Amino acid sequence: MDQFTLNLLFVGASFALYIGIAVWARAGSTSEFYAAGRGVHPVTNGMATAADWMSAASFISMAGLIAFTGYDNSTFLMGWTGGYVLLALLLAPYLRKFGKYTVSEFIGDRFYSQTARLVAVICLIVASVTYVIGQMTGVGVAFGRFLEVNNTTGLLIGACVVFAYAVFGGMKGVTYTQVAQYCVLICAYTIPAVFISLQLTGTPLPPLGLFGNDVTSSEPLLTKLNQVIIDIGFASYTGHHANTINMVLFTLSLMIGTAGLPHVIMRFFTVPRVSDARWSAGWTLVFIALLYLTAPAVGAMARLNITDMMWPNGTQGDAVAVETIENDPKYNWMLTWQKTGLLDWEDKNDDGKIQYYNDQSPAMEERAAESGWVGNELTNFNRDILVLANPEIANLPGWVIALVAAGGLAAALSTAAGLLLAISSAVSHDLIKGAINPNISEKGELLWARISMAAAIVVATYLGLNPPGFAAQTVALAFGLAAASIFPALMMGIFTKVNNKGAVAGMLAGLLTTLVYIFLHKGWFFIPGTNSFTDADPLLFTIKSTSFGAIGAAINFTVAYFVSKSTEPVPSEIQDLVESVRIPKGAAAAQAH
Amino acid sequence: MADKSSSNAYWEANLRIIKICLVIWALVSFGFGILLRPLLSGIPVGGTDLGFWFAQQGSILVFLALIFFYAWRMNRLDKEYGVEE
Repeated sequence: MDQFTLNLLFVGASFALYIGIAVWARAGSTSEFYAAGRGVHPVTNGMATAADWMSAASFISMAGLIAFTGYDNSTFLMGWTGGYVLLALLLAPYLRKFGKYTVSEFIGDRFYSQTARLVAVICLIVASVTYVIGQMTGVGVAFGRFLEVNNTTGLLIGACVVFAYAVFGGMKGVTYTQVAQYCVLICAYTIPAVFISLQLTGTPLPPLGLFGNDVTSSEPLLTKLNQVIIDIGFASYTGHHANTINMVLFTLSLMIGTAGLPHVIMRFFTVPRVSDARWSAGWTLVFIALLYLTAPAVGAMARLNITDMMWPNGTQGDAVAVETIENDPKYNWMLTWQKTGLLDWEDKNDDGKIQYYNDQSPAMEERAAESGWVGNELTNFNRDILVLANPEIANLPGWVIALVAAGGLAAALSTAAGLLLAISSAVSHDLIKGAINPNISEKGELLWARISMAAAIVVATYLGLNPPGFAAQTVALAFGLAAASIFPALMMGIFTKVNNKGAVAGMLAGLLTTLVYIFLHKGWFFIPGTNSFTDADPLLFTIKSTSFGAIGAAINFTVAYFVSKSTEPVPSEIQDLVESVRIPKGAAAAQAH
Repeated sequence: MADKSSSNAYWEANLRIIKICLVIWALVSFGFGILLRPLLSGIPVGGTDLGFWFAQQGSILVFLALIFFYAWRMNRLDKEYGVEE
């Protein structure tokens, strides 16, 4: 059986599984799972939340970004897990006690203001649309490879599938479908990593393998990796090369953003009790950590494998021959990925070999001149292909490759569809019905839901063709927006007695400054070429647009504090509401979800 | 609901636990993982140093421990003050 058929089989089977569970769960009456007072068990809820949250950014993109940068991109690992500590300590139990259905409802009630609710909805939409753009980038990569077409065609087909998946809809809300998606996703991620870890270090556990010894040279894997990439002119893998302030701010933005993402927070409304909300955040992180502890090993090992492949005679020897790439079955993956347009090479100096090295490094000038190299010949290696190409690079069996394709699609599709649903309900329910036309019929509301979903996917697809960054980088922008707007409002709603005007002014200030800062660097409305600054040479000090969320959050807190100070205090019934949210006793039954 | 002073004491105790947890949270990630890494560079871990380990693995493990510790500690605190559900 050829690889294409095998991929089709695995992807088809996994989708049949999700749909089958959705149908079965519906037949057995959804309300049984969510019956008032019973809700969802914290472990189940944790697994479903993990599937919901881990998207194309975590699955497809992140390990690639770590692989090609090394230590400096540890920020993604710490940022996207550390946020759960904030969520568990500062938000989840109190929002569960409050017992409403959505984040904007909490903000509307706590700040006793329709305007606050509306501003929260707008923040939610802006962050979610940005998030979907990142997902579409991942969808394009996954479909391009899976159907063996170029990236643009893959993205367009993927967009249609995502749309259909989101319209089919209901299955998104079914916890057990997400549990199945989590299982597919985590197997797809860890199984190839176990194989590769065994090949390279003899350890079946990738997180131990990362710090283990290389089997051929019996020196530490990371020492060997540092040595081979320094040989070809790249910065060391384990060294700290990035700007420290920017690293700290970026990590903080991702952490605060995680705790401010509405579709994650919403999951904690469905657990039976306040104490379960605390446990639930822990279980979610357990399931996320399984992937996040594997990812750095995947990155480092893939980087080593790729370098070995390009330099089969060692980094001091001869580079790989063009003829080998075209004929040796071990190099087949390069030919298949070339079709997507995300991987390319060119024999610039016509010596019949492909030299992969850092042509910007002064250390390489001498060797390049001596050997007649005229530049790096591995001309394009898109970071987002690394995880999907990884099992092929390591020459693993066909079923592993097919499993990874199924996992990547599960990750990208589930999150993209979930976000589209969140956007459409925010527009039709909160914006149109809640603010513009309260008398709208149910049919009209549904129509608006469909229209906004279609509009969101068209925008995301268009921008996904020329994305503002790799999938994980675009998603990081969405986290920055959530960090600057939603998280501070929620936290102040629980821990302080800031009033309505303070909250509205804070959210607007945080959102607008962050949005403008991002647009100045990534182009207005992400349209390429309309930017005035670049992240290499940012407007303020060394702060990149992806790191501005933490600054935006600080602006939000400051503005809210001073505006609230200078206006009238909150009414006594809201003071009582804040007091009651702080104490677990007397929580109402769990909300159906 | 418990009386005012008791619920204030409960809230103060909760805030104290949150503060301790957040100090550890910041120490392992921003501290050991990034800012204090040079101080840990003398402690080797599998071809690199302890700071690298904290940045790529250690911090995540500590985060897990923190959340479970907080959930366990708060359940006890809820009972001490009689505010559990």
